[in-house]
Amino acid sequence: MRLPSVRYRIFNVVNLIFLSLLSLTMILPFVNVLAQSLSSSEAIMNGEVSFWPVAFTWINYEYVFGDFSFWRAFAVSVGVTLVGTFVNLVATASLAYPISRTEYKGRGFIVMFVLITVVFSAPLIPNFILMRELHLVNNPLVLIVPGAINAFNFFVMRSFFAQLPTELIDAARIDGCGELGIIGRIILPLSKPVMASLGIFYAVSHWNSYSTALYYLNDSAWWPIQVMLKKLFESDEISVDSGSSMYSSLAHTSPEGIKMATIIIATLPIIIIYPFLQRHFVKGIMVGSVKS
Amino acid sequence: MKSMDTMPTGRESPRQRISSSLNERISSTSRYLWRYRTLYLLSIPGILYFLIFKYVPLFGSVIAFQNYNIFKGFSGSEWVGLEHFRTMFAHYDFLRILNNTLLLGLYDLVIAFPVPIVLAILLNEVRLVVYKRFLQTIVYMPHFLSWVVISGIFIGIFSTDAGVVNKALGLLGLEPIYFLGEDSYIRTILIGSGIWRDSGYGTIIFLAAIAGINPDLYEAAEVDGAGRLKQIWSITLPSLLPTITILLLLHIGKFMDLGFERVYVFLNPLNTGSGEILDTYIYKAGLMSQQYSYTTAIGLFKSVVGLVLIMIGNIFSKKTTGESLY
Repeated sequence: MRLPSVRYRIFNVVNLIFLSLLSLTMILPFVNVLAQSLSSSEAIMNGEVSFWPVAFTWINYEYVFGDFSFWRAFAVSVGVTLVGTFVNLVATASLAYPISRTEYKGRGFIVMFVLITVVFSAPLIPNFILMRELHLVNNPLVLIVPGAINAFNFFVMRSFFAQLPTELIDAARIDGCGELGIIGRIILPLSKPVMASLGIFYAVSHWNSYSTALYYLNDSAWWPIQVMLKKLFESDEISVDSGSSMYSSLAHTSPEGIKMATIIIATLPIIIIYPFLQRHFVKGIMVGSVKS
Repeated sequence: MKSMDTMPTGRESPRQRISSSLNERISSTSRYLWRYRTLYLLSIPGILYFLIFKYVPLFGSVIAFQNYNIFKGFSGSEWVGLEHFRTMFAHYDFLRILNNTLLLGLYDLVIAFPVPIVLAILLNEVRLVVYKRFLQTIVYMPHFLSWVVISGIFIGIFSTDAGVVNKALGLLGLEPIYFLGEDSYIRTILIGSGIWRDSGYGTIIFLAAIAGINPDLYEAAEVDGAGRLKQIWSITLPSLLPTITILLLLHIGKFMDLGFERVYVFLNPLNTGSGEILDTYIYKAGLMSQQYSYTTAIGLFKSVVGLVLIMIGNIFSKKTTGESLY
């Protein structure tokens, strides 16, 4: 083996420095937000806070945790994420599994039927009219039902089911298992990995979803955390319920600090599940990229 | 019926023969369906889901050719043909917003699209596996933040009084810049935030493609005396070409679909001049000002352009590289 050339070694060093700086630009904005959320309002407004809290205080968090509209939005987001992800998995699997079986005649047609919806998607207003007709406007179910099956995830799940060995299914049938028995005893236990991967993807997209609630929910009682957060950015009030503004009585909190604390809290669930997420998404992308 | 068919009836007329084979086929099909009824029943809710939530609004797009009135419905509303499409192109605001959308689409294609390719090649050259993993963990992360959170972070670091960027500019003796309050910076911020969020995650597919390259190629190149940099240029990059082509075609199809959320969260009255895109305009004019038919026409126009672009791209790539989507 030859030793790497001088030019390559220089390239390597420059490359490492560049990539390290790049990853810093991904982390530092977040550190900045964290530092501001733990700083006093004077320090933030004077521009003293960069990457370490100045005049350390928990008061921004105390304020957010004492705000009813925050808890309400948090509860909506948690509920939608849990229920929504469950609905997603059941709905996606109940279409993907039959279509994956060679016994299902007409599966090519169904695949085209789904693929067409990926290529042609309707503009916003016809969707809005449909939601109105279905009484889903101002109804929290709009955050769950219209997005029940994601076409991409459907294809991922279908190819997962399709690669399960058919011998298992045949053997179960010889043993007297009906179709439901096959699903319950063979398919579901085997599909834990794909359920975990797609479940975590669906969950993240529920937690982060913003526009659906913006389009269809006017009533602030059903706003998920992302909508509440955006309203918070837009106003200089410290709570989306304008009546409950206690800003003047809390001299040490600033809207800026409260915004930053809310950002941190709204992101925390994502950061907590990120290690699990990372284990799954590489696999997920790979399965999906196998041309369907 | 079945027993009648199978009874020996001597000579059958041709018509009888056809009807009996048809009956047989129908009964065998229904027996087949009955045998696998669980599978078929299971698939019905999913099929209905796509019919109702994807196909119905697709057909509902006909309101682009009407003066849709929410009380009169589809059937009662007056048909106006292509009138909304004509007003669209006579409208100065529309042309300005279309221009924004096309410019942002172009910047996204030319500037943001190549970044994950370069990044994947650079990451692949990191020999220390632990450090490579660490870098990957960090650069994938922003992809999982919501656009609302990202806008909050960006607006924070770019703000005039508390933002670290303006503080850094101050240290260099420069005047603070109101980045989000001016038309001239919004496009840079939109494209930049997109790169910040997605270019790391975008490397996954290229890294996988690189991992799939036959190592013999590199060995042969080494024997021939090619250095690492030469190998990147002559082996890694050409091997990535099919992946790049497919992703490029998909990207071109979404040329006008920069995404509602990622733009809307950064807009304010001071920067809409350059930042407003068709999707955000459709939301404001359509949902908030109730110009239902007009904005549906805009949405339809956008979809048609996307479709035409992807078809042109596909023909072009089939001719030049042999790669195609369909």
